[in-house]
Amino acid sequence: MILLTEQLLNGLQYGVTLFLLAAGLTLIFGIMGVINLAHGAFYMAGAFAASWVAIQTGSFWGGLLAGLLVSGLIGVLVEVGVIRRLYARDHLDQVLATFALILILNQGTVLIFGRQPLFSSMPEIFSGSVEILPGLPYPVYRLFVIVVGLTVAAGLYLLINRTRIGMLVRAGATNREMVRALGVDIRRLYTTVFGLGALLAGLAGVMASPIVSVQVGMGDEIILATFVVVVIGGVGSVKGAFVAGLLLGLADTMLRAFLPSLLAQVMSGPEAQALGTGISSMGIYLMMAIVLLLRPRGLFAAQG
Amino acid sequence: MRRETLALLAVFAVLALVPVLAELTGQTSWTRLVGQALIYGMAAASLNFILGYGGMISFGHATFFGIGGYVVGILYFHFDEGTRFLGIIPGTGQMLLTLPAAILVSGLAAALVGALSLRTGGVQFIMITLAFAQMFFFLFISLKTYGGEDGVMVRRTNSLPGLNMRDKATLYWVILVVAAGYYLFLRQLVRSSFGQIIAGIRQNERRMTAMGVATYRYKLAAFILSGMGAGLAGALMVNFLRFASPDMLHWTRSGELMVMVILGGVGTLAGPFVGAAALTIIETLLSRLTEHWMLPVGVLLLAVVLLSRGGLMALIARMTGGRGK
Repeated sequence: MILLTEQLLNGLQYGVTLFLLAAGLTLIFGIMGVINLAHGAFYMAGAFAASWVAIQTGSFWGGLLAGLLVSGLIGVLVEVGVIRRLYARDHLDQVLATFALILILNQGTVLIFGRQPLFSSMPEIFSGSVEILPGLPYPVYRLFVIVVGLTVAAGLYLLINRTRIGMLVRAGATNREMVRALGVDIRRLYTTVFGLGALLAGLAGVMASPIVSVQVGMGDEIILATFVVVVIGGVGSVKGAFVAGLLLGLADTMLRAFLPSLLAQVMSGPEAQALGTGISSMGIYLMMAIVLLLRPRGLFAAQG
Repeated sequence: MRRETLALLAVFAVLALVPVLAELTGQTSWTRLVGQALIYGMAAASLNFILGYGGMISFGHATFFGIGGYVVGILYFHFDEGTRFLGIIPGTGQMLLTLPAAILVSGLAAALVGALSLRTGGVQFIMITLAFAQMFFFLFISLKTYGGEDGVMVRRTNSLPGLNMRDKATLYWVILVVAAGYYLFLRQLVRSSFGQIIAGIRQNERRMTAMGVATYRYKLAAFILSGMGAGLAGALMVNFLRFASPDMLHWTRSGELMVMVILGGVGTLAGPFVGAAALTIIETLLSRLTEHWMLPVGVLLLAVVLLSRGGLMALIARMTGGRGK
């Protein structure tokens, strides 16, 4: 029971991280029709900027600000410099150009920070743990991450459903051509949405930086899981990204936590460990394949 | 037509001389480099058949490359240990057995992946092929018997009757002959009525359906053929490097194969080979100069995608005044 609760919370925390990444990616995908493989690089940029500033100044909050600024700025630069030229191209060109961006941004980060991972510490007030169940202390920082993720989700909901820019975003996800035909300055909308998406990815990176090792390539690992979330949730749907993000975060964490020990009951220890880890890593991709075969447009498709 | 035959013979002759020239000039690493480029060229050419001619953007092609490689690795592992795979199939180190086995198994894998993936299209197809590729990647990582993340060593190159395969030059020539054969096979395939139907589906699938073509079956057959080609290339690569690892199936490897196709020229016969050679040589030369070689490679790739249409083959065609096919 205690173990289960702990893993549920861990899954929730991974889930909101995935949501922060997927929210931007699904909007970019849905509104501009661009497959952006380099979205994980914004996550990495946010984590690096935040850790570096936090290590230099000793302030987590300074790092948070730096991470958001840097990732948002890189996002806008990438949109204006590269992505803008890809809107009219086919998916193959988009995949390759953004693949090239991964190489460039990864190596750029190596040039600036080197290959050694950075380690930053948590903010003072969140460094302890609280006893949420009798006998179950849980790190406050992880709870903080969950709260931030849920707050951002609520904020995005309000932004998209209650504001003028949100209206354009919804309209863009439903029918791009029509929005353009109605005389909306589509270029500014695109840059704004791309920058916002990069900012959210950067926030995910900042939040993750004290609990994962901040190193080059961290974005490449999580970007595939993010694509799974986007595809399962339905391209262009922030609601879908939220549901699928939490679902996958929980499923992935649960599989990793419990499958190896379940397998150990029927086979020898080390092999069960290896096979269990392997199958749990396959889990989310299996879910994506099944969803795509049954509902090709995902669970909450925005486009009709 | 005559001009093309002459050009092909000339290229073959030059490639056949590579080990001799490398020996004479003392640059022996070139044999290894060109051999790798030939193998990657085959893998890229197999991808190009579905991507360039068939319009199916598969983002998981390294899967079949890796599976072909693992077939060689696993067969050698059991040959070396004197055990049987799943207790049934004995191991072997004979290339005449391992290559067909690799082609067969990767073809079966392609049949499974293709049968499910081809039910979707567009972005969904890209994503589902990627999903299957990841599943196979993690499957091989979890196989502790065959080295898990470290992969499996093949201490001795597969043997061919009458040849000393431990000699690097002999192995190179074997690879060259297989690659040349594969090139001619693809050339026939593209020109056959089957190839014409595949190209027709790329241009307009609805039209082909209206003409009474069962497009799904043709696409699946093309996907399987393409997977078999990649499996053959992977099997050769493991013979060449004497090593099979999950790295062969990593998704960035699939990306690299796509890069080779685009760099050389989508939908051309020689393009993937040119692209593979260019990428392999650029990577090797740059990595001697700087450890940050990925940065210029990325910039180059970005420039090719954004600025050029048709890749290096279009450039060559423009320079020689030919049509580029």
